[in-house]
Amino acid sequence: MSEYIVDAIKMGILETIEMTFFSALISYILGLPLGVVLYATSKGRLLENKPVNLVLGTIVNILRSLPFLILLVLLIPFTRLVTGSSIGTVASIVPLTVGTIPIVARMVESSLCEVSPGIIEAATAMGASPLYTILHFILPEATPSLLLGGAINVATVLGYSAMAGVIGGGGLGAIALQYGYYRYQKEVLWTTVTLLVIMVMLIQEAGELIAKKKRKI
Amino acid sequence: MSNVFELEHVSKTYVNEGKEFEALKDVNLSVKEGEIFGIIGMSGAGKSTLVRTLNRLEKVNEGSVKFYDRDLADLKPSELRNVRHSISMIFQSFNLVNQRSVIDNVMQPLRIAKVPRKERNKIALEMLKVVGLEEKKNAFPARLSGGQRQRVAIARALASDPKVLLCDEATSALDPKITAEILDLLKEINKDRKLTIVIITHEMAVVEKICDRVAIIDDGRLEEVGEVKEVFRNPKSKAARKLVFPSNPYDPSKPESRLIRIVFDGLAASEPFIASLVEKTGKKVNILSANTKSVGGIGYGQMVLELPESGEDQKIIIDFFKEGGLSVSEVTRE
Ligand SMILES: Nc1ncnc2c1ncn2[C@@H]1O[C@H](COP(=O)(O)OP(=O)(O)O)[C@@H](O)[C@H]1O
Ligand SMILES: [Mg+2]
Repeated sequence: MSEYIVDAIKMGILETIEMTFFSALISYILGLPLGVVLYATSKGRLLENKPVNLVLGTIVNILRSLPFLILLVLLIPFTRLVTGSSIGTVASIVPLTVGTIPIVARMVESSLCEVSPGIIEAATAMGASPLYTILHFILPEATPSLLLGGAINVATVLGYSAMAGVIGGGGLGAIALQYGYYRYQKEVLWTTVTLLVIMVMLIQEAGELIAKKKRKI
Repeated sequence: MSNVFELEHVSKTYVNEGKEFEALKDVNLSVKEGEIFGIIGMSGAGKSTLVRTLNRLEKVNEGSVKFYDRDLADLKPSELRNVRHSISMIFQSFNLVNQRSVIDNVMQPLRIAKVPRKERNKIALEMLKVVGLEEKKNAFPARLSGGQRQRVAIARALASDPKVLLCDEATSALDPKITAEILDLLKEINKDRKLTIVIITHEMAVVEKICDRVAIIDDGRLEEVGEVKEVFRNPKSKAARKLVFPSNPYDPSKPESRLIRIVFDGLAASEPFIASLVEKTGKKVNILSANTKSVGGIGYGQMVLELPESGEDQKIIIDFFKEGGLSVSEVTRE
């Protein structure tokens, strides 16, 4: 491999990390509360509210059922509006975030559903408000499960970030596409793929390790 | 003495997928200040539903539940939450937050009641001392035994300085030895802190050991309420008899035989009266069931006897027991 390509791969790694980090961060900032609302407003839960749950649930389901590549294309005007451009690393963060929020929300919702009803009942019997119960009983109890879900989500974002290369995003995915696919340089393709796999594995391992450390059971 | 709880004509109907189920039927009940009140019944009788109406975890369809003369149904959500600081509850499955340390768990109700941080810590430590678990304050629930977890739950329940403690099958997940320890602790708390306790259980042994009064609930209906000793001595309802004599004692040699129950307490328990009966009257009876118990420190027991066919013999035997100070009642077969 030429020095030029090695530099490009190094750059690609950084861009992939950047895209993954910011997309995951923003999608958690928005997806976590959304997941909590989906959980709390569903049937039989603390703040049961059918209309809210139905509307949010439908939006989340639609976003989640769109193939990510389609979402990327559909979001081009929106991305341009937000970042002023539709290509590049920063621009890719927009569709990555939008695509990940519903995944995060559903993952959070399912983690919260695992919390035993008995704990919620104990909180209610203690005179805790629904919001207090969520913040101080349900979320802490769900923390290990949330962390595990987090690792899976970050790995998913990383995978998606590679796809962003298709519509002009940066990162390892774009390099794989440019050199590996269009110019058919096999070793570049395999190097980038290997790097992506290693990164996913690292995230997964790190997530599991943290979750294990945090878990008190 | 004022009543802690006053239930009048309480009914509760669950609706599930259009199907209605009446879990409580016209329940009338009062719990007095300072007593340990037992509610006993078979599984599915409606005990949990009943106890959950006491802190309004369960709304009632009809009737009223009053806590110190205030109808819980009239309270605004925030008022209800305040009242709940005075009504603590412990559960069969402990319901501690597993990802939080013991002391954090115990401090939780104080935090909800907006007690300042420093004070929270102090009170929580005090409560852990009451249940004998100070040295476990930084442990996590998963590292504790069932009995220890229930002690933490009790410490947590006491932290908000409640007026009443509700226990829903609090010892049902524990073995007999640990159950006895937890019951002793509850009794001690009841005495020392003048805390009213409502205990839900399906085990007669729990009622025998610590309750002052007991209510028997069967199929959503309150069958009988009374002093534990009274209910034991003379269970009036079918449900009560079933609980007092858990195994079916009625297996007489002839299906149409006359059966009587004799109840003896304190003094009489030490007398060999069946032997005396044979000695003095020459009449024989068939013992169908016998058990002796200690209720509130007084040894007492009862027997179900099958009498001989002759009415004359029956009269002689019954008179003999009555003269000996035993209470005799007919046993009707179901
Ligand atoms: N949420 C509910 N919906 C429908 N039926 C219920 C519900 N909760 C309890 N029940 C029914 O009410 C009856 C009494 O239940 P419960 O009070 O839990 O009994 P216990 O505590 O005495 O075992 C049972 O038959 C149970 O199936
Ligand atoms: Mg129950």
